[in-house]
Amino acid sequence: MTEIPMGRRPRRRLPVEWLGILPFVAFAMLFLILPTMKIVIGAFQSPEGGFTLQNLIDLNTDSIRNAYWTSIKLSLITALLGCAVGFAMASAVVFGGLPKRVRSPLLTFSGVASNFAGVPLAFAFIATLGPAGLVTLWLKTEFGINLRAMGFNLLSFWGLVVTYLFFQIPLMILIIIPALDGLKREWREAAEVLGATGRQYWQMVALPILFPSLLGTFALLFANAFGAVATAFALTGPQLNIVPIKLFAQIRGDVLGNPNLGYALAFGMIVITGLANVTYIVLRTRSERWLK
Amino acid sequence: MTRILAWAALIGGCLFFLLPLVGMTEFSLKMRRGVYSFDAYVKVFEDPAFWATFGYSLTLAAATIVFGVLLVVPTAYWVRLKLPQARPIIEFITLLPLVIPAIVIVFGYIRLYNTSSILPLTGSAFGTDILLTMGYATLALPYMYRAVDTGLRTIDVATLTEAAQSLGAGWFTILARIILPNVLVAVLSGAFLTLAIVIGEFTMAALLNRPAFGPFMQLLGANRAYEPPALAVIAFAITWACMGLIQLVTRFSKHERAKV
Repeated sequence: MTEIPMGRRPRRRLPVEWLGILPFVAFAMLFLILPTMKIVIGAFQSPEGGFTLQNLIDLNTDSIRNAYWTSIKLSLITALLGCAVGFAMASAVVFGGLPKRVRSPLLTFSGVASNFAGVPLAFAFIATLGPAGLVTLWLKTEFGINLRAMGFNLLSFWGLVVTYLFFQIPLMILIIIPALDGLKREWREAAEVLGATGRQYWQMVALPILFPSLLGTFALLFANAFGAVATAFALTGPQLNIVPIKLFAQIRGDVLGNPNLGYALAFGMIVITGLANVTYIVLRTRSERWLK
Repeated sequence: MTRILAWAALIGGCLFFLLPLVGMTEFSLKMRRGVYSFDAYVKVFEDPAFWATFGYSLTLAAATIVFGVLLVVPTAYWVRLKLPQARPIIEFITLLPLVIPAIVIVFGYIRLYNTSSILPLTGSAFGTDILLTMGYATLALPYMYRAVDTGLRTIDVATLTEAAQSLGAGWFTILARIILPNVLVAVLSGAFLTLAIVIGEFTMAALLNRPAFGPFMQLLGANRAYEPPALAVIAFAITWACMGLIQLVTRFSKHERAKV
C-alpha cells in the first residue's frame, strides 16, 4: 500500500471531480458569461469589427448623458428613501416595543411586495395616484387639493420614485431586519453601564456596526432600481428618458441608428450596476464579521 | 416615546403599502358606471389572449423550475461533497444575475443566438422558447442556488452519500432518492419564488417577442382602463400565493422535524 507515490493522487483525481460541475459551468458560460462578453466586446468594436473607443465617446450626447443622469438620480433617490423608510420600519419592529405579532406579517408582506414589481405595480399606482386614481380623486373632492395643479404627475420622474419605493422599502426591510437582530443586547447594556445615552449608543456603537450592511443594502437597492425596465415602461411608455428604457427601444428598433452604440449603452449599465454590487459584496463580507 | 414613534413609522409605512392595493382593487371594480361590479374581471377572463399568455408563462415557469432543479441540486450537492474549493467561484457566478441587468443579458442573447450564428436559437419559436427558459433560469439562479445550498447545509451530505454508496446506490439514486427528498422544502421554496419571478416577467419576453403574460399585461395597460387594475389584483394574488406556499412548506417541514 505504501508504494503508491504520494504526489500522483491529487493530480489524477482533480480533473475528474471538476467534471461534476461541468453542466453548471456550461450553462453559465452559454447563457450568462458569453452573452455579457458579447456586449462588452461589442462596445469596443467598430461596425467593421476593429477595436475602437468611438462607441464610448459617442455616448457623450445630450440625450444619452441625460438618460444616464436621470437613471442615476432615480436610483440614488429611491435607494436613499428606501433605506431610510425601510430602516425606520425595521427598527420600529425590532426595537420599538411593538407586539411580537407584527413582525412575521411584516416580513411576509415584504417578501410579497419586493416581488410585486413590474407591469402590475405600475397599474396599481395608476389606479391610485393617476389622473383618475383613488387618492387623486379623494384629495380633490374632500380637500380641494389638485395634485396635478401642484405639479405632481405620476408619469414623471417623481411619480416613478414613489412607485419604485413600493419594492425598494420591502427589500430594505427584508435585508436589514436580520442585521438589526444581530445587534447584541449586551452591547447596549455595556454602553448603558458606561453611561451612554440612547443617542450615543446609536451614534458610537450601533450605527458603526450596521454601517457596512446599510451601505451595502443601499448599493443593492441602487442596482435594483437602475436595471428595472418593466415598471417604468408600463407606467410612462417609451418616452421617459432613462437608460433601461432607451436600451429597450434601441434593442427593439435601433433608435440610435448605430448597433454598436447600443452595446456601449448596455456596457455603461454593466459598469454602473457592477460598481454598485462590488461595493455591496465587499461591504457585506465586512459586516458579516461582526454579526456572527 | 419610542413606542409612539415606532407605531407612527409602522402605520405610516403600512398606509403607503395599503393605498395602492386598495386603489387598484377599487378601480378594478368600477367598470360599470355608478356601482361596484366584477365586470372588469369577467372581461379579463373572457379574453382568450389572457388564458393563452397565462398558460404560456405557466408552462415556461414549469420548464424553468424543472431545468433549474436539475441544474442546481446536483451542482450544489457536488460542490458541498467534493469541491469545496470551487465554492467561491460558483457563488460568484450565481450572484452575477443580480449584477448584470436582465435587459443586458437578453440583449446579449439576441446578438449571440441570432439566425446567422452557430446556434440560431432565435430562428424558430421553439428555439426562442428554450432561450427564454434559459434566461428565466438565469434570473432565478441566485434565489434557487441559495435556497438549495441552505437546505444542503442542514443535512450531513457526506454521511448520507457514504451510507447510500455502501448499500450499493449509484449517483442517480443518491441524488434522486436521498438528496432531493432531504432538500425538498428548499427546492419548493426556490420553485415558488421562480414562479413568482417568471409569471409576470416583461423585459425578456417582450424583447424575444414571445406571447407571455407580462407583455400581454403591458399591451392591455396601454389600451384599456379598467382591465389593467383587475390584472394587477390577479398578479398580486399570484405573488401572495407563491409567498404563502413558501411559508407553508417551511412551516410544514418544521413540524415534521419536531416530531422526529
